[in-house]
Order: sequence, then C-alpha cells, then structure tokens
Amino acid sequence: MAEKTIRLKRTGLYASGSTPVNMIQAIFYNEDMLVYDLEDSVPASEKDAARLLVYRMLKEHRPEGKYICIRVNGIYSEELEQDLQAAVRANPDCIRIPKVEYAREVQAISRHIAEIEEAVGLEVGKIELICNIESYMGVLNAQEIAMADPRVVALSVAAEDLTASLKAQRTKAGLEVFYARNAVLLACRAAGVDALDIVFSDINDEEGLRADTALAKNLGFDGKTVVHPRQIDVVNSYFTPSMKEIKYALRVLKAVEEGKQAGKGAVTLDGGMIDKPMELRARTTLAQAEAAGINVERMVL
Amino acid sequence: MEIKKAAVAGTMESSDCMVTIRPGDGTLDIQLDSDVKVMFGTSILETIQDTLASLGVTNADVEVRDRGALDCVIRARVECAVCRASGEAFDWTKEAAYHG
Repeated sequence: MAEKTIRLKRTGLYASGSTPVNMIQAIFYNEDMLVYDLEDSVPASEKDAARLLVYRMLKEHRPEGKYICIRVNGIYSEELEQDLQAAVRANPDCIRIPKVEYAREVQAISRHIAEIEEAVGLEVGKIELICNIESYMGVLNAQEIAMADPRVVALSVAAEDLTASLKAQRTKAGLEVFYARNAVLLACRAAGVDALDIVFSDINDEEGLRADTALAKNLGFDGKTVVHPRQIDVVNSYFTPSMKEIKYALRVLKAVEEGKQAGKGAVTLDGGMIDKPMELRARTTLAQAEAAGINVERMVL
Repeated sequence: MEIKKAAVAGTMESSDCMVTIRPGDGTLDIQLDSDVKVMFGTSILETIQDTLASLGVTNADVEVRDRGALDCVIRARVECAVCRASGEAFDWTKEAAYHG
C-alpha cells in the first residue's frame, strides 16, 4: 500500500458532475477538498454524461492544491462498475463511497479499485477512500468500516439519510444526530482516520453555522462538508489551528524533546505532565497548521 | 461505433454545449454554432473531429451548439451523444489513466 500523507480536509465542497459551470467555478473557492459528484446531484438519466464529464474535467483541467475526490454511486447501484472504471482512470486523491454500512463493502470496492489500478499501470493502493456514514447501520458499524482497509482515510457523517433511517426529525440544533456524530468520531479516532462532520443546511444562517462548526471542532472533528461556497471561509477558520494552539503545541514538543535528551522518563510543562495523547495532539496541530500554509518553524515562542 | 438513432447530450447552459447526433447518409457532416466561433471555431471543430475519429464514427450528422464549453466538456458531450446514439457503453478499456 502507498504511504499516506496528512492532507487538510477542513472543508469539502460538492460540485455536481452534471453541471460543467459548477465544476469550473468550484476550482476558485477555498475548499480543501473538492468532491466531483456522480451520485445524488446527478439525475438518473444523466449518469453516463456526468461520468464522462468528471473524467474529462479531471484529466484536462485538474485543479491544483486541492484534495480531489470523486463521489461514486452507491455500492449496490448498477452505475458503480462504470463509475469506478472512470474514477480510477481519472486518478483522484480519493474516491468517496456513499451509504457504507459494512466493512466488507469497503473491502470489495478496494479490491476492485486495485484491479483497475493494476490494469492501467497506477500504483496499487494510492487512491484513498472516504466512507459516508448515512444510516443507523453505518453508525453501528463505524469502527469496523473505519478499520476495513488501509485506503480508508476518513469517515463522513451525512445527516439527511441518517435521520430518515432513524425515523427522526431533522432539526437545526441537531440533537437527533448528536450520538451518531460522536459514535463516528470515536470510530475514526480508534482507527486513526479523519472525522468529517455533517453539513449545516441553512446557507443564510451564518451565526448558526458558526455555532455548529464550533461544536464540531470542540467535539474533535477534522472538518465539515459544506453545501455552499459562502460557508467555506467560516468553516476553514474554525478548523485551522490558532496561534495560541500552535505555540502551545510547539512548547509541548520542545519539552518532550528536551526530556528525551535529558533521559527523563516523565516530562512536565507548566506544572503538568505531558502524556502520549498530548504529544500526539501537538503533532497533529502542527501538521494541520503546516498543511494550511502556516510556517511553524520560524514561530517565536 | 455505428450511429443507429438520434441522440442528444449536454445543455444550453453557460460553459456547456448541446450535441445532437443522427445517422448520416454515408458521410460525416458537422455543424457548429458557437458564440466564440470566430476565435475558436477551428479548434472546437478539431476537438469534435478528433473525438468522433477516436470513437470510429464516420457516418453521422452532428450538430454542436456551444455556449463557451471547455474542450474537455465538448469531448465528453460528443462521447456521451455517440454512446447514446449507438446504444453502446463507453469502452473504458481504451482509456489510459491520468499520471499527472
């Protein structure tokens, strides 16, 4: 399997594969992850056209500096085979699989991607997978899904189908999906992959978006799917480490390094002991900052 | 690929094009209507011809109404229209992967 690198996924913006102008415009926004969609935004009669459009667009007008995804149609859709043939040849950073419920589904898709990668001369295992969790079964099996295959780099919670499967009412406050968000987050942490939060649907409610994104950040999510370009900068701002967080992370790692050189078993900072999770969190913070273009090496503590 | 029936792909939205293809009378006839025909007409026609040639289409009436589509969009719309008109799925095995 190919070596993985840390790639920012603060914001994921969908561009419909059925609309060229959407795909062209999406390149110019600040989203970290651009998801070319072959699924929900494409009418059944236009699946063939969208597949060719996304394929040609990515081959000839590939955006630079973004994490490129293709969301294929569902695991049991008759479109999936053709979608994978096109998507793998387009060689995106990632393929996003909707409505995942079991680890075996991910493994079967990963095996098929490997067959196509091998057939067309691509490095086997390089294309990553993000699994969308959109049902109660997906939530219940989130940990096995997150650990299903080395290609999996993130799980993403999707609230609309999830609430339907729960027989819940979708509300702006989102209490009905609070447990699911946390369950998926825990699964991601157990597997060491990124956790991507639900969309905030009201594009005219910036205050609500800020509150929901702050909650997601505080819970531990790494990013959030957005439904409109105007949400991108707000969401990015919450998931970019602050100067205070970066400086603290640098101090933690400096203390750890000094402790190692002095041969100390336990290291303290500001009177408290630094444990492994604190060190890991500090390293993640710095990796996120660097991925966001912040030069942490020249920062004065 | 043999064009067996009339088919359409694409839209008249900005940055898109609408491709209509019909069985020909023994030759390949291409009609192009584009807002940018004066500047890019030759290039667009070359893209259409190249795409049809790569699909082995030699007998068809093709009408392309362009609304400022990128080459890749024109190529994708022509490919889709040909597949629909021939009743055949796109042959992915002939496509090389993107290697950067």
